[in-house]
Amino acid sequence: MTTVSLTVNGKAVSANIDPRTLLVQFLRENLRLTGTHVGCDTSQCGACLVHIDGKAVKACTTLAVSVDGAAITTIEGLAQDGKLHPMQEAFREHHGLQCGFCTPGMIMSAVDMVNRRGHELDEKTIREDLDGNICRCTGYHNIVKAIAAGAEAMGKAGVTTRQAAE
Amino acid sequence: MADARRKLDIAAEAGPVGGALAHDSAAKHVAGEAVYIDDIAAPDGLLHAYLGLSTVAHGRLLSLDLAAVRAAPGVVGVLTAADVPGVNDISSTHRQDEPLFATDRILFHGQPLFAVVAGTREQARHAATLAKAEYAEEAPLIDIAAARAAGGALVTDPLKLERGDIAAALAASPRRLKGSMAIGGQEHFYLESQVALAVPGEDEDMQVFVSTQHPSEVQHMVGAVLGAGSHAVTVEVRRMGGGFGGKETQANLFACVAALAARKLKRPVKLRPDRDDDMAITGKRHDFVCDYEVGFDEDGSIHAVDALYAARCGWNADLSGPVTDRALFHMDNCYFYPAVRARSEPLFTNTCSNTAFRGFGGPQGMVGAERFIEEVAFATGLDPLEVRKRNLYGGNSSTEGLGRDLTPYYQQVEDNIAGHVISELERRCDYQARRAAIREANAKSPVIKRGIALTPVKFGISFTATWFNQAGALVHVYKDGTVALNHGGTEMGQGLYIKVAQVVAQAFGLGLDAVKITATTTGKVPNTSATAASSGSDLNGMAALDACETIKRRLTEFAAKHWQERPEDIAFLPGRVRVGAREIAFRELIQAAYMARIQLSATGFYTTPKIHWDRKAGRGHPFYYFAYGAAAAEVAIDTLTGEYKVERVDILHDCGQSLNPAIDRGQIEGGFVQGMGWLTTEELVWDRKGRLWTRAPSTYKIPVASDRPRIFNVHLLENAPNREPTIHRSKAVGEPPLMLAISVLHALSDAVASVGDYRVCPRLDAPATPERVLDAVERVRAEAAS
Repeated sequence: MTTVSLTVNGKAVSANIDPRTLLVQFLRENLRLTGTHVGCDTSQCGACLVHIDGKAVKACTTLAVSVDGAAITTIEGLAQDGKLHPMQEAFREHHGLQCGFCTPGMIMSAVDMVNRRGHELDEKTIREDLDGNICRCTGYHNIVKAIAAGAEAMGKAGVTTRQAAE
Repeated sequence: MADARRKLDIAAEAGPVGGALAHDSAAKHVAGEAVYIDDIAAPDGLLHAYLGLSTVAHGRLLSLDLAAVRAAPGVVGVLTAADVPGVNDISSTHRQDEPLFATDRILFHGQPLFAVVAGTREQARHAATLAKAEYAEEAPLIDIAAARAAGGALVTDPLKLERGDIAAALAASPRRLKGSMAIGGQEHFYLESQVALAVPGEDEDMQVFVSTQHPSEVQHMVGAVLGAGSHAVTVEVRRMGGGFGGKETQANLFACVAALAARKLKRPVKLRPDRDDDMAITGKRHDFVCDYEVGFDEDGSIHAVDALYAARCGWNADLSGPVTDRALFHMDNCYFYPAVRARSEPLFTNTCSNTAFRGFGGPQGMVGAERFIEEVAFATGLDPLEVRKRNLYGGNSSTEGLGRDLTPYYQQVEDNIAGHVISELERRCDYQARRAAIREANAKSPVIKRGIALTPVKFGISFTATWFNQAGALVHVYKDGTVALNHGGTEMGQGLYIKVAQVVAQAFGLGLDAVKITATTTGKVPNTSATAASSGSDLNGMAALDACETIKRRLTEFAAKHWQERPEDIAFLPGRVRVGAREIAFRELIQAAYMARIQLSATGFYTTPKIHWDRKAGRGHPFYYFAYGAAAAEVAIDTLTGEYKVERVDILHDCGQSLNPAIDRGQIEGGFVQGMGWLTTEELVWDRKGRLWTRAPSTYKIPVASDRPRIFNVHLLENAPNREPTIHRSKAVGEPPLMLAISVLHALSDAVASVGDYRVCPRLDAPATPERVLDAVERVRAEAAS
């Protein structure tokens, strides 16, 4: 067993875990943050995507101990004071979801995209940047629309994930 | 029920029905708060099960040594067929051809042999790999050709549809041609894998939370495996992370194993396979080979079609009977064949047992139909769209040709709008001008060639198993005027729950916030059908409305008596109830009714009218109505590599009078892209040993965001209420849009044909991977030169 200490959604957490514990397991099972999903187990579908020190990482192939000391943001950490993050609001508003299973990963990926590429995202950029996130329901049409709108809204509100969640 | 239907004919007053409302769980989805089965808070003492799988595809199991499995860290139990107190079978057809655990015969690679239960999921997964199995291995039958070569054993009875004298009609046709087409299968890749959680109760009780489209079947299966009555088993599912048909029967295995372990160990047990195991174990869309002969004339009119649809069904029947039947039901698509014979060949193979997948065989049948059209177009030199139009079903009038409305299964096409949809889309997307421009541009472009195609869809709505076309609902109105809604349909992302809630809210004149959507459970509505065949809203919407109408009838009678008004002067209006000259709040009426001891809860029930089907005779009226649509796709291919892009897609789709246009658009866009994946990039590969090689998204390429057409114009057909009195005159929308993607296959074919100056039919098989496109380019070039 190994001790791991992290800041998750702004809260310090520490636990004694099997060193083989995946970050996604730690989040879901130890912390009961079940909004981060396991889709493909092999870091391809993106349902498990979280932010580690402000950068998008797939939690299903990351060992919890390997990110000891890091600040983690999960989908549960995006909303502030009971108010949805502009990107969450955009996905809801633009019907960017059906079964919802890929949604948390999509939103975390979208926020990361805005952090890296700014608030004015053209469609081509969004489509190509989203290749690490699979959705089987929507055909991506409304997801792309939601990301463009969410990026713009983040710009207007002056929000980044770092400001929002850390 | 009759009352419910009559009410629909009254012009709908303003209310939630028809509104572009967000999915009922949208706010929870974006917040990460929606609870899937794996997210349910672990019950005290939870254990985890994992499956041990066969490592050969065919043979006998000589011995199974599980000593090392039992001795592995954390293991608390191991289950084999010997531990099954009831029947060791989960065949949904009751053919007894699907053992829960293999005992002797091994029929596919990945067949469950045993389950191990441990304290953690990792311990169970690890222990499952420690089994020592000895096999007497036999050569597996992997594909259709091998199955046929070995004698062509079938998993279920084939179907034959026949109208007219096919031999005579072919002989009398001015021209005829023969061909064959391979149509690939498809992995569902629901984002949430299969998963079940079983919690034992007192007596024989078992509560199962499982990601399933068919809770009643899981209930029945769990009962049979445990040797308990269905009354002891309760199955619940609030939502699935995608289903697409892959959780119609395929969830049974996981639910039954979890329940068996829970019974034996008297503790809650969860079972969630890893994605690669899920992909190896569970069935997929059937791949087909369609052999055809078509008789036609120089004008492009089809005289006769003779087609044989062979399917790789896998190691047991599962739903292969109805799936291959539905392939034949759609081998006409929108076209009238004066003489026709269609036969199915549901072949046994040593592969996973192929199953339901959005369209349920219909897409494969329809891909065949569009190939017949394409062959005729190339043989006559006509635009395929012209050939499509010439062969559309007509009415019964003399101008359209007597009897040109009869399907190969003798159902009259009474609601044909295919011609209207096609011509409307042709105009809107400027098909003719773009086609001419593409041909001109291709002549000047040596490497990149573009192609365009417009294909229609006509999809039959109803379960072909007539008895499945029934649904139940349970509606409670509480004293505070809020409503709890339950019905037999399951939510897999398609928006069924919000649509039915819209119907209920509208019936009472309430806002959606007054209606609580509750999880589907066999404890509330019994004997339900699978949420499948696009039927969810049609069936459950009507059943829920029936329950509402019962309650409203009681309330109306009460109000008339209580306030001394005539029943016809009581009306449920948005946000209020009119009682004669006064208007009161719904809540006020409910409180008064409760004090007067009026029952405020009701069940509802619905059965689809008009339908019947005699499979033996191949005749009947299996579909209540048809849903229509059309799509025009434009692609560009690189003739040096076979790579391509879908440049533009225009869709016009018929949802009747949509219950929720936002939800319906989502179904159309998502269905189209899923269909496009099936016909382009998604290729399943088994090796000669019967091992599935495409077991992850790394090797099995489902569409990603950049694959979606660059221009994607989607429109719902306007002013097109269902001519049948369905729920608010809407039409089913789950499956039909998937087949709009056939336009992409034909646009690719059109682009390929350009290298042979449009003289040679490319005969592009599906999926049209870049490799296949390149092959076709070279073949067409060679044939055109010779």
